[in-house]
Parts: sequence; C-alpha cells; structure tokens
Amino acid sequence: MSSNPQTDPALEALVGQKYRHGFVTDIESDTVPPGLDEDVIRLISRKKSEPEFMLEWRLKSFRHWLTMREPHWAHLRVAPIDYQGISYYSAPKSKANAPKSIEEVDPKLLETYDKLGIPLHERARLAGVAVDAVFDSVSVATTFKERLAKAGVIFCSFSEAVRNHPELIERYLGSVVAYTDNFFATLNSAVFSDGSFVYVPKGVRCPMELSTYFRINAANTGQFERTLIVADEGSYVSYLEGCTAPMRDENQLHAAVVELVALDNAQIKYSTVQNWYPGDEQGRGGIYNFVTKRGECRGANSKISWTQVETGSAITWKYPSCILTGENSVGEFYSVAVTNNYQQADTGTKMIHIGRNTRSTIVSKGISAGHAQNSYRGLVKILPSATNARNFTQCDSLLMGDQCGAHTFPYMEVRTPTASVEHEATTSKIGDDQLFYCLSRGISEEDAVNMIVNGFCKAVFKELPMEFAVEAQNLLAVSLEGAVG
Amino acid sequence: MLKIENLQVKAGDKQILKGLNLEVKAGEVHAIMGPNGSGKSTLVQVLAGREGYEVTGGTATYNGKDLLAMAPEERAREGVFLAFQYPVEIPGVNNVYLLKAGLNAIRKHRGEAEVDAFEFLSLVREKMKLMQMDESFLNRGVNEGFSGGEKKRNEILQMAVLEPALALLDETDSGLDIDALRVVANGVNSLRRQDRAILMVTHYQRLLDYIEPDRVHVLSGGQILKSGDKSLALELEKRGYDWIRQGAAAA
Repeated sequence: MSSNPQTDPALEALVGQKYRHGFVTDIESDTVPPGLDEDVIRLISRKKSEPEFMLEWRLKSFRHWLTMREPHWAHLRVAPIDYQGISYYSAPKSKANAPKSIEEVDPKLLETYDKLGIPLHERARLAGVAVDAVFDSVSVATTFKERLAKAGVIFCSFSEAVRNHPELIERYLGSVVAYTDNFFATLNSAVFSDGSFVYVPKGVRCPMELSTYFRINAANTGQFERTLIVADEGSYVSYLEGCTAPMRDENQLHAAVVELVALDNAQIKYSTVQNWYPGDEQGRGGIYNFVTKRGECRGANSKISWTQVETGSAITWKYPSCILTGENSVGEFYSVAVTNNYQQADTGTKMIHIGRNTRSTIVSKGISAGHAQNSYRGLVKILPSATNARNFTQCDSLLMGDQCGAHTFPYMEVRTPTASVEHEATTSKIGDDQLFYCLSRGISEEDAVNMIVNGFCKAVFKELPMEFAVEAQNLLAVSLEGAVG
Repeated sequence: MLKIENLQVKAGDKQILKGLNLEVKAGEVHAIMGPNGSGKSTLVQVLAGREGYEVTGGTATYNGKDLLAMAPEERAREGVFLAFQYPVEIPGVNNVYLLKAGLNAIRKHRGEAEVDAFEFLSLVREKMKLMQMDESFLNRGVNEGFSGGEKKRNEILQMAVLEPALALLDETDSGLDIDALRVVANGVNSLRRQDRAILMVTHYQRLLDYIEPDRVHVLSGGQILKSGDKSLALELEKRGYDWIRQGAAAA
C-alpha cells in the first residue's frame, strides 16, 4: 500500500512503455557531409533548382546568423550543439527526380508511412484528409492534390511552391517571422530544406483537413522544415502536423519555422501532434525541438487558432504566437505538453494585440512525470492601439511523482486602460484521492490515470479535429499511461 | 459476510484502531457511532483499501477471503463499495463515464458481458429517478461543481448502479438538509436486500430515523465499547458518549 507514486507499478508500466515509432527505414539517401558554410547553402538551393531570390534570402539569413548567439533564457538544460557536426540536407535517393505521383514513390517510404499509421494512398482509410509527407529533408508525396486544385487550394511541398508559385513565396515568406527573428529561425531561413505550402483563395472553405507528417530518418541530420499558410479573404483552412523520428542515442536538431497569414475574415486552425523521439529513460538521445511558429491576423475579423499536443522530443522550445493586427481579430492557443523521464519543455505562446477589439484565449495544460521539467512561458502584450482588447489565460500543471517540476512564467504588458486581461493558474499533484476514488469503483489503476489525465486535457482535446483527437488521446496514454491523479 | 477480529491500525505514528471486533451478516444494516476522532472513518477507509494506513494486527475477512490482502479495485470488483464522506472532484471526467467504466470492470470480473452505452444509459436513468437527480448529471464531470447534497446523492446513485454486496457509508448524512437526507435515505432503504449488508458510520441519530439499523455500535478510543439494537442510538442521543466511556474505563 505504498503511497509513493515513484514506485507505483502502473506508473512504472506507463513510463516503461516503449516509443513506438523508433524504427529506422533502410533507404538509400543522398546526404551532404556535415558542416555549414555558404557553399552548403548554395548546394541546397541548387539541388532544389531554386530561383535567385530564394538563394539570396538564404545567404542573407546565413550571414545574419553568423552574428547571432544561441539563446539561453529558457528554463532548459541543453547540451552544446555542434552546428558544424550536422548534415543540413538528406533526401531519399530516388531513381529519377521527384516522384510525380504516389505510384512513383519508393515502396519502402510508403511502408514507413504505413507503419506510422499514415497511409499515403488516396484511397486509404484516412480519406477526407490530404497529406503531405516530409521525409528527412524532402517532401515525398502530397495526396488529394487534384481535388484541392479544383477548389483553387494550393497544397504542395515548399520546394514545389518555390518553383511554381514564386510570386506568393516572395510576397509572404518571412513576412511574419523575419529572417532576423531569432537564432533558430534565422538558421532555418538559411538552410530550410522542405515543408508545406498552403494557399487558400478568397472565399474558399478548404474542402478537407490538410496535414503534413514529418519524419526524421537519417542519422546526424537536422531537420529544418518551413511551413507557410496563407488564407486569403474570407477563407477557412484546418491544418494538422504530426512528427516522429527513430530512436537514436545522439540528439538530433529540429528547427522549424511556421508562418501563418490570415487576411480579412479568414480563419486558420493549426493543430500539432508532436511525437518526436523523446530519448530513453536515462535521458539519452531524443530530438531537440526548437521551433518558431507565428501567425498574423493581418485582416479584420480574422482568426488564428493553435492547438498543440506535445508528447515527444528531449527538449521542446516553442511558442506558437499570434499577432493580432486586424480589428476584431482573434487568437487562440490550446496546449497539452507532456514530459516524462528526463524530457524538458519550455513552451507557451505570445499574443500581441495591435488592432482594436482584438481577443485572445490561452489554455495551457502541462503534465510532468519522472524527472521531467515542464514550463509554461507566455506573453500577453496589448499595445496602446488595441483599445478594448481582451485576453483570458488559463495555465494548469499536473505533477506525477516528486522528482519532476512545473513552472509558469507569464508576462503581461498592457498599454491601454480599456483592455481586460485575466489569468488563472493551478498546479496539482495527481491526486491520491482521485486515484483512490476510481479504484474504489473497480477501475484499474492504469485506466484511472488515463481517465484523470484525459479529463485534465479535455479543454484542449476538444479543439482538435475529430480525426486526431483519438490519436492524441492514444499518444497521451503511451507517454504517460496511468501517471495522472 | 464481514468479520473483523482484533483489528489494529496505525496512521503515521498514531494508533487509531486498537483491537476492533465486528461481525456483519448478509441482510443486516449496522450503524457505527462515536465521538470525533474515534476511528470511524479510518475503519471504513481501511476496509475499502485506502493508502496511508498501516494494519499492525488483526484480520478482516470478507466472504471467507482476506479482505486486507486485496487491492482496492479488487475489493470493489468483489462487491465492496464505499460511499465517501467527501467525494472528490475529477475535472473533465464525465460522471457517467466513470460509473460505466466501474460497472464494466466489475461485470468483467464476474465473467459477465459488458453493458453497452444504451443499456447503461437506461439503467442510470432509472436509478437517477430514484435519487431524484435531473438529466444534467449525465453530462457533468465527476462531482465537478456539485453541491454537498448532490455529491452524496451521486454516491448513492453509484451504489444503486454497482449493486455491491457490502456497502460502507461514511457519514452519508453529513451536510444534508432534511429533504436531501430523506432522498438519500430512501435510496439506501430501497437497496436493502437479504444478500446485501450495509455498514454505516454516522455522528447523528437523525439518520437512523430514516434508515433503521439492525445493530448499533459505539466506537470510541479505537475499540467497539458497546453494541445494541436501535434503542442504543436513542440512548446515546439523550446521554452522549461519556457514560459508555466511563463504563469501559471502570470495567
């Protein structure tokens, strides 16, 4: 009858669960040797047959990056990263150039995505969701292209967009996250390899959920993808990204940038299920996930909503943010961040209110188990121009065991007297009382913990598209089974 | 059904139960009364398997099995039910979802088929009528934002659905107004059966006006000092506990 959750057998079983996506695909890759200089950047640009403006932008970014320092303000312990020890480009070797259709994709790659539960065949079970799959540095397949094209929606790999829609890229790339923004975003701007691009034209409601699955496979490579979503006036799009990686003893760097632009009356819903390899029980290996995600509600009455379920990565450093420029625009951030073993997360959001009557909502749920450290860091900034702006913030932390930590760093800058800002925060331990209550009704400890954790996260899960809410719940079970109370 | 012999229990350094003896047979309702801090709640919590107590001696046998050796969820599946004095809130977990999970775990243990959502819902609706609970309870989180009275009703609703063989009621009457008390008591009375035993812990004679016990025990200083029929409760109401304590000290 031990009351110490550290020795709780259900918790042990939960923690002991193995990462399910840790396999390596044995596939021939075209990988450039480790190291970073202007030649490597030229090589990446050449491999992608990019127009001149793109190369110039990359070089400009790289030169700026050389003047920058790695940030260390987050509540994280990060082992030194050798930026010259990383390979900045790895692509599955294909017989010809890029595959023109699904049928031309290497069957081994298709198998990989099947293993991950992401069938790429358009006839497959996940019908109704268009998928772009990014394997190491390149996009290997985008499904449902034709149906989307009929609606006028452009959904393709970033490389394709650079070649086929250079005017859109030139106009919007870096318009939300400038190439000078921060160390990791600047590095990404210099070396980004691929990612997804979405453009939804005026008045179009995207006929299906769009999603991208990112997979790091090759060893010693970094993944630097870039996503750009532009929702033109009066349009709507819901987009989901998922991420996995093999189990490796060394840390791998993932530094992505996501930019969202919502024009007048447009809505973007962006959901993430992040399950990069978190490292083993001793904290060896795992992905360093240093990501810059930002959306701008540029138009009046526009809305950007971020929902994230973060269960993976050794270290997570990300703050999906909204710049609320347009009048009456709305920003939302719903987050579940789970850390176990020696995982660390410093995550949250920034809501920058510029336009009048702008509103933002932040709901953050942090769950810590094992020796993990979980921090919420959020900024609510209301400029003098944002009269009648409103924000509501709720941050809840759940601790399992007594070796982990939860931290909250809320920052508020309110520069107009008409603004209203509310902040609520709670920290609770997985309650022995809650657990015992469930047990006394005949429910097993494992089911009870699951139930309690899922209840804790409910406010966030209900924001996920239906198809992925179940996936998120299962992920949570794998990451923590039975550890909440 | 339940036989407790010389039970000794510690919480931290404090010896709370000091050799308690009690036997409850199927079909009987027993009431345990006693002053604050006498160990009443400890007794039912230990019987239900709550952590944080150390059994330092004695036995508790339930249908011939060593109750104290069983995990709390095993006890529940074998038919032991505890109605909590302070039912805990579990935010975001649906009240009915938890109850269904419990019922199905118990049914599975008995080798019975799990009930599906439809069967379950009609069962719960029927029991909710008994407890005069309105439909909104179906959609609320476990005890989330419930008033004290609602929480107690919800406990008896769970008892009605799970149909335990041995029900332990921990101060089910505390915090109830007279109308709520009547509803809760009616609920409990409707669950009295020849094959079911009920052990209730209470401070007040008032509850026993509504749920008539077969036996009344006085627990004080970690032991049962006196047992009798329902007239003992009336006498306690009149004279308090001191005369029993003094009698025990003299003996």
